Amino acid sequence: MKLSFSRGMYHGIPIALGYLSVSFGFGIKAVQSGLSVLAATLISATNLTSAGQAAGVDIIAACGGIIEMILVQLTINIRYSLMALSLSQKLDGSFTAPHRFAAAYGITDEIFAVCSAQKERLRPSYMYGMILVAFLGWVTGTALGAAAGELLPSSLSSAMGIVLYGMFIAIIIPPARKERSVLAAVAAAAGISCLFRYVFTEVSGGFAVIISAVAASVLAALLFPVKDEEAEE
Amino acid sequence: MSVAVYIAVMAISTYLVRMIPFAFFRKKIKSRFFRSFLYYIPYAVLSAMTIPAIFYSTGSMATAAVGTAVAVALAYMNLPLIVVALAASGTALLVGFII
Repeated sequence: MKLSFSRGMYHGIPIALGYLSVSFGFGIKAVQSGLSVLAATLISATNLTSAGQAAGVDIIAACGGIIEMILVQLTINIRYSLMALSLSQKLDGSFTAPHRFAAAYGITDEIFAVCSAQKERLRPSYMYGMILVAFLGWVTGTALGAAAGELLPSSLSSAMGIVLYGMFIAIIIPPARKERSVLAAVAAAAGISCLFRYVFTEVSGGFAVIISAVAASVLAALLFPVKDEEAEE
Repeated sequence: MSVAVYIAVMAISTYLVRMIPFAFFRKKIKSRFFRSFLYYIPYAVLSAMTIPAIFYSTGSMATAAVGTAVAVALAYMNLPLIVVALAASGTALLVGFII
C-alpha cells in the first residue's frame, strides 16, 4: 500500500475526531482565560499542540513574561524534538529540506505515533495528508469551543474544562502502569508540582511546571536509565 | 503585552522545537543520561501540568475529583484518549447536576 496523500488523509481521520473534542475544550478554556475567539483559533492554527497551548494560555492570562513563555514552550514541547529526531531517520529520499521545513510543523504525539507505525519510508505527501486532516479537526474544534463556549450553559462549559486534562491522564497512565520508572517520574512530577501549588506559591505556574518536570525527569534518568532498545524506538 | 506577541512567541518556539531536529539532525544522541531524560520528560511534563490543576478545572473540587477518578480508571484499562477525555468531562457534568 503506497503512502500517498489520500492515504495520509485517511489515517488522519481518527486523529482529527479526537482533536475535535479536545480542542473544543481548549477553545472554551482559552475564552474563559480572557482570549478572543480569533486569538484562540490562531493559537491552535499556529501551534497544533495541546499541552503547550494550554500552558501558553495560562501564561497569557497571568500576563507572564516572554522568557517564561519561551522556556515553558521549550520544556513542554521538547518531546517533539525527540519524535522529530526519530522520524527523521525514517524519511523517504523525496523528503528534501523544504519538505522537512513544512512537515515539521505537523509533528504531534498522535501523528508521530501513526507515522512511526508505518512499515514504509515516509513521503512528504503522506504526512501532508495526515497533517491537513488533523489540522482541520484541531482548528475547527477550537473555533467551535471558543465561540459556543459563551452560548453553552455554564454547567456544560465548566465540565468541559477537564477534557484536556483527561487526555493527559490517558497519555500518562498506560505507560506508568507498564513501567515503574515512568510511574516514578510521573509521581515525582506530580508531588513537586503540588509543593509549588501549596507551599512555594511565589513561583509562577509556568516555571513550576518546568522545574517539576525537569527535576522528576533528572531523578528518573539517574535512577532508571533507559535501555538502548527503548531509546531507539 | 499584546496577545499577538505571545501567540507569535508560542508559534515560533513550538515550530523550532519540531523543525530543528527534523531538518538538521541525522545522528543518534549518544549520552545515555540525556536519552533517558528525554524519555521521561513528556510524562513528567503532563503529570506536573495535570496535578493538581485538574482539581480546579471545573470550578468545583468535587465534580473534578470524581471526573479525575473516572479518567484514571478508564486510562488504566487502556481505553482511547478520546474516550477517557470525554468520560472525565461527562462524569464531572453529571456529578454537577447531582450535588
